[in-house]
Amino acid sequence: MMKKSRRSFLKVAGIAAMGLGAAPAMNFAASDSHGTPSASKGKNDEALHAERWGMVIDLNKVTEEVAEAMREACHSAHNVPDFNHEVDEEKFPGTRPANLKQEIKWIWPEEFHYAFPYKEDEFLAEKYHHLPIPVLCNHCKNAPCTQACPTQATFKREDGIVLMDYHRCIGCRFCMAACPFGARSFNYRDPRPFIAETDPDFPTRSKGVVEKCNLCAERLAKGERPHCEEASEGAIVVGDLEDPESDIRHLLAENYTIRRKQSYGTEPSVYYIV
Amino acid sequence: MSKNMIMAGLGVFVIAVLSPFWFNMVTETKAAPKIELQGKAAEAKKCVLDKYDMRANHMSLLDEWRDSVVRDADRMYHAANGETFNMSLSTGENSCLGCHDDKEKFCDSCHNYASVSPYCWECHTNPKEIE
Repeated sequence: MMKKSRRSFLKVAGIAAMGLGAAPAMNFAASDSHGTPSASKGKNDEALHAERWGMVIDLNKVTEEVAEAMREACHSAHNVPDFNHEVDEEKFPGTRPANLKQEIKWIWPEEFHYAFPYKEDEFLAEKYHHLPIPVLCNHCKNAPCTQACPTQATFKREDGIVLMDYHRCIGCRFCMAACPFGARSFNYRDPRPFIAETDPDFPTRSKGVVEKCNLCAERLAKGERPHCEEASEGAIVVGDLEDPESDIRHLLAENYTIRRKQSYGTEPSVYYIV
Repeated sequence: MSKNMIMAGLGVFVIAVLSPFWFNMVTETKAAPKIELQGKAAEAKKCVLDKYDMRANHMSLLDEWRDSVVRDADRMYHAANGETFNMSLSTGENSCLGCHDDKEKFCDSCHNYASVSPYCWECHTNPKEIE
C-alpha cells in the first residue's frame, strides 16, 4: 500500500476543495453561455404614466346627481360593500345586520364644513352650504399614512399614488389615525354579503384590512381613465401634476383652487376649483 | 429468559415504528390527484413555467407576481418560453383562471390533498362563482 505523507494528503485535499468551490461558478458560466431566455416583467403598452398623479375637481360642475354617480361608479367597480344592501339569506345565511357607522367608502359626497373645516367663513356663499363636495383619498405628497404603517402595506408608488397592499395589511388602523381626511375605512367584518353585484375585474377585501381609493391604479395600468373621472361629466380631471403641459396643470394655472387641510403639510394631490 | 424478552420487545418496537407502513399496506392509499388541463388551457399548451417547475414553485411565482403588480405596477409577465401573461389570478382572459377556468380542479384538488389552505379566495373572486 502506498504511504501518504501528511503533506501530500493536504495538497490533494486542498485541490479537491478548490474544485468543489469552482463547480457552481462553472455551472453559472455554462448556463449563461447557452443563452436561455429568462422571464421578465413589464407594463402594458397602453398603460398611462405620470410623474405624480393628481386630480382637479371643479365644484361648479358638481351636482348631487354627479356626486352620486361618481360614488356609484367607483364603489360598484371596486366591490365596496354597501351596508344598506339587503343580504341574500341563501348565500350568506345568518349574517348579522351591519353597523352603519362601520361603513366603507372610497369616494363620497361630504358637506362643505366637514370637507374644508378651516374655510368656513362667517358669510359663506349660500350654495356651498348644500353642495355635496366629492372627497376621497388625497394621495398626499407627504402621506402620513405611509409613515404610520408598520408593515409597509400602504406605500407611495413612484407615480405618486398612495396604494395599499391588502395582502400585507394587519389591520392595526394606525393609518386611519394618521390620515387627517378620514379617507380610510376598516373592514370590521366580511364585506362580501353586502356587495350587491361583485365585479369580477377587481377583488373584494377580507375582514380585518383597511381600504381606500387607489386612484384606479388597475385602470391606469390598462390605459383607461379612473371611474370617477368618467362618471363626473367633466367635473373631475385626473392628470400629471409634474407635467406643465398637462390638462390638469392648465386648469390649475387658470383657476383658483383650494386643497383640504393644507396647513397640515401633507400636500394633497386633489385640488378643488371653487 | 431475558433474551426472549429482549427479542419480543424488539419485535414490538419494529412493528410500532413501522406502523405507518403497515397502515398504508392494509388501507387504500389515496394517490395524488392528477391535474387535467381544462378548456382553454388544454388547447393552448403554453405554460407559464415548465410543468415541474410550476408544480414546485407556483407559490413563489405568485408571490413575485403580487409584489410586481402591487409595488411596481408591472402587470405583464414575459415568460421564458416567449409567451406573455397577465399577472392576475382571476381578472381577464390571460390570467390564471382565465385560462384554467375550473378552480376546483386546478387549485382546490391538490390543495385539499396536500391539506394546505391558502386564503387567496377570501378576496380574489372566481368569475364562475359570482355568475
